[in-house]
Amino acid sequence: MGSKYLIFLGCAVPYRVSAYEISSRKILQKLGIELVEMPEFNCCGLPLDPVSHETMLILAARNLALAEQQNLNILTLCPGCAGTLKKVNKILKADKTLREQINGHLKEAGLEFKGTVETKHILQLLKEDVGLEKIKASVVKPLTMLKVAEHNGCHILRPKEYIGFDDPEDPQTLRTLIEATGAEVLDYIDETECCGAPSVGVSDKVALALARDKLSHVKMVNAQALITICPFCHIMFDTNEVRIERMFNEAYGIPVLHYPQLLGLAMGMTPEELAFNELRVDTSKLLKQVAEGVKPE
Amino acid sequence: MTETATQKDSTRDPIKASEIDPRFKYELVKMHGSEKILKCFQCGTCTSDCPVARFSDSYRPRTLIRMAILGLRERVLKSDALWLCAACFTCTDRCPQDVEVASVIRVLRNLAAEKGCVPQVFKDQAGSVLESGYAYKIPELRAKKRESQGLPPLPKGNPESVRKSLKGVKFLETVEKKGESSGK
Repeated sequence: MGSKYLIFLGCAVPYRVSAYEISSRKILQKLGIELVEMPEFNCCGLPLDPVSHETMLILAARNLALAEQQNLNILTLCPGCAGTLKKVNKILKADKTLREQINGHLKEAGLEFKGTVETKHILQLLKEDVGLEKIKASVVKPLTMLKVAEHNGCHILRPKEYIGFDDPEDPQTLRTLIEATGAEVLDYIDETECCGAPSVGVSDKVALALARDKLSHVKMVNAQALITICPFCHIMFDTNEVRIERMFNEAYGIPVLHYPQLLGLAMGMTPEELAFNELRVDTSKLLKQVAEGVKPE
Repeated sequence: MTETATQKDSTRDPIKASEIDPRFKYELVKMHGSEKILKCFQCGTCTSDCPVARFSDSYRPRTLIRMAILGLRERVLKSDALWLCAACFTCTDRCPQDVEVASVIRVLRNLAAEKGCVPQVFKDQAGSVLESGYAYKIPELRAKKRESQGLPPLPKGNPESVRKSLKGVKFLETVEKKGESSGK
């Protein structure tokens, strides 16, 4: 199956985070990954797991069954989608009774889950399929003037039993990939903590308090930007940053970049190509530093 | 109902013997995700590592697990706190007894949802999945903007096929009916 993947966009990316999709497609094209569109895909299932586990299993299995028909592995930009598809694939392959039950549902739509494809998040693809050396070689404009913080988010790391390609307590993949662009990664308190996004709609107060806690820790180490790899984490820190500032009467002004945007800059792409204009927090100061190659005082 | 902020959290009220259903835990042991609930020895790792518990006065995963094992069925299923879990899976990864705490919380939520105790946000998303195949309906303006940004058209999905696959799922039947009765 190699370097050809079915791209699974899910709900959040096309709905609110197009800069992530635009920049991801650009860097993947340059790195020789071929993306195939799949018009029949549906929601991965994760948003409905809290209310109906069965619904989640059916929705995820339907996506996997569609990919199996194409005989192609799945690539996602959202860790929630990747985690769900990985988990369901593993569960249904291991549990014959459950598989038969879910396949009973899929039969109604002329589909069957067999368990023959794998799912990867873009971070895992960059690490395992492209490889660090090739990514380093693609850098034409090292971002040595930048000191940034990383935010992995939860579903790229946990539960380890199902995701398992990085250490949830001390993850290295995103860090290494950021360092490949030439930028320095700063450590900060509670790096692997949740952004709060899943609590939005249930308790915005708790959700925003979590995001604020993270932003304040990132600010503490004077990071010039926060790098994310999840549409929901990005919404919490970028889209909601002004809301958090107003709510707590504080100023952060921390630009939040999707990792492919950072890599794209290092590959010599322009901010316009990488859809920087779609970001909510002002990035002009950051981009000026990149353009001039000057380290901050 | 969970979405009404006026209802106070019930996890701290005194317990009456008449509320206890001693069979509840055995039901949970048979359900996918909460098989290992009885291994919980109440160490509190889940609560002390929970990011939500740090910012919420009511959400304590250890308390919810204890309530479930005790047999406080109604109280745990009607608890607003149940819906605050962010599903970050920190508790699942760190539980020394491998209880899979987040999965137990999910099972309890599923049971609550079957009784109709569910925040509106989940009903909206379920309705959207039945209508479009996706949890969020993409506004037309957004879809058109994609073209100008050089992105391929959005996957059209196949809502009819999705609905066929989901036929017979108990929770979704209640969502559909509610949607129809409100004239959607």
